[in-house]
Amino acid sequence: MQVVADAVKLFFKEDFIPAQADKWLFILGPCLSMLTALMSSAVLPFGDSFIIDGKSVMVQAIDVNIGILYVFGVVSLGVYGIMIGGWASNNKFSLLGAIRAASQNISYELAMGMSILAVLMMTGSLSVREIVNNQHGGNWYIFYQPLGFIIFLVCAFAECNRTPFDLPECETELVGGHHTEYSSMKMGFYLFAEFANVFVSSAVISCLYFGGFNYPGMDWVEVKLMGVFGNTTGHNLATAIGILVMLAKSIFGIFFFMWVRWTVPRFRYDQLMNLGWKGLIPLSVANLVITAVAMLSGWKLVGMWAGVILLLVVVTALWAMRPKRKAAIA
Amino acid sequence: MSLFETIKNLPSIWYVFSFLSVLTLFGALGTIMSKNPIHSVIYLILTFFSLSAHYILLNAQFLAAVNIIVYAGAIMVLFLFVIMFLNLKQESEEMKRNRTIAFAVGIGIVLGGLLILYLRKSEREYPNVATFNSQTGMIESLGSLLYKDYMLPFELISILLLAALVGAVMLGKREAGERHF
Repeated sequence: MQVVADAVKLFFKEDFIPAQADKWLFILGPCLSMLTALMSSAVLPFGDSFIIDGKSVMVQAIDVNIGILYVFGVVSLGVYGIMIGGWASNNKFSLLGAIRAASQNISYELAMGMSILAVLMMTGSLSVREIVNNQHGGNWYIFYQPLGFIIFLVCAFAECNRTPFDLPECETELVGGHHTEYSSMKMGFYLFAEFANVFVSSAVISCLYFGGFNYPGMDWVEVKLMGVFGNTTGHNLATAIGILVMLAKSIFGIFFFMWVRWTVPRFRYDQLMNLGWKGLIPLSVANLVITAVAMLSGWKLVGMWAGVILLLVVVTALWAMRPKRKAAIA
Repeated sequence: MSLFETIKNLPSIWYVFSFLSVLTLFGALGTIMSKNPIHSVIYLILTFFSLSAHYILLNAQFLAAVNIIVYAGAIMVLFLFVIMFLNLKQESEEMKRNRTIAFAVGIGIVLGGLLILYLRKSEREYPNVATFNSQTGMIESLGSLLYKDYMLPFELISILLLAALVGAVMLGKREAGERHF
């Protein structure tokens, strides 16, 4: 209710455009943010299929065979809304916020893409529905890709500009960041775009790593429901349960985002860049190698975990042996 | 009236194609004609988008997605990034001279004319509508082609990219004694 009330309140506030601002771009910024935030959910399968009049209808907007690339492309466009809005405000703080957002998104996109690649190697398909179907029967990729999941999660936080990565709107340094000059519903669009991004990224995470609409024992449930209600109604009911499961997973993801928001403090900007370039990208390359070796060795699950543990041991050993000289400079 | 009838009877893909073409040309013209460099970059992004839409019309979905991710998503962000840092008050003198513009237009017309001329003269092989495989542009066939038939060029290009990557890191590295920003 609070969210709805806020939206109504924002509509009635004064819509102000700074005198020196670039008017069209100032309006375009929040529009682009909202557009890209809403576009990315188009390829996500929220459920299996409904049978209506003997025809099977997928619970998914479009099932393209480049599904996950589409999500990736739209996410990489999300930064334009922030950049254009921040620049058009004609304000130093907004510009700084916009530039922070841009460099942060570009840096974390790389690691994100490489952690997705490991999932794609296991599935052999870019279609999100195919990825979800491959996790049928409890084969959730979080069990196979523990490291990839952590990398993806961290990158998702960074891409959504959520705490601890919300440097673009860090009040203590930048007033309000890219939306300092915005008021009324344009401000609201930026905020809603952020929440929509949080929802979409939790939905993507549940599709990629938590099996989407799959849940343990779903075949048994479907057979039972078909036995009780007949084939069509039973299948439809089972799909409805699948949709609820998918939504529950996404909502847990949102809950997790909020959880972290109130737990972890903000990074410093150089820490954020170091984590992205020197931490996550090498880790995701290592994850790719581990995935490839484990798939070739034949024992997928065992190989994957053995590889991750080996990596942890090596990293810890190297960390302990690192030269101490660096500490003096930092 | 017959022109109107012809237009009405065109397949709907023609409408899409003409709309996209107009949009592409609008973006391209906006890129070179707008005074503000930021506007130029945004028009260029629009152009890339409509080019990606053309790829989708050609049923090359992977190419379209990669075009958006690499060009619109990464390279243009960097362009925007650099231009935002530049001092926009200084306009470059070079583009104001009429001779430069005249030369640019002349060269553009000659190159474009040559391209159209040779495209019209060359003997193209049109795909047979009955036997054409609609999966040609899809990622599966593209991948198997790249990793089977064109393995060597593909690997060579990846080495080239790696060299460029290392070079970029070398250029960006701060050497000892150089001033900090």
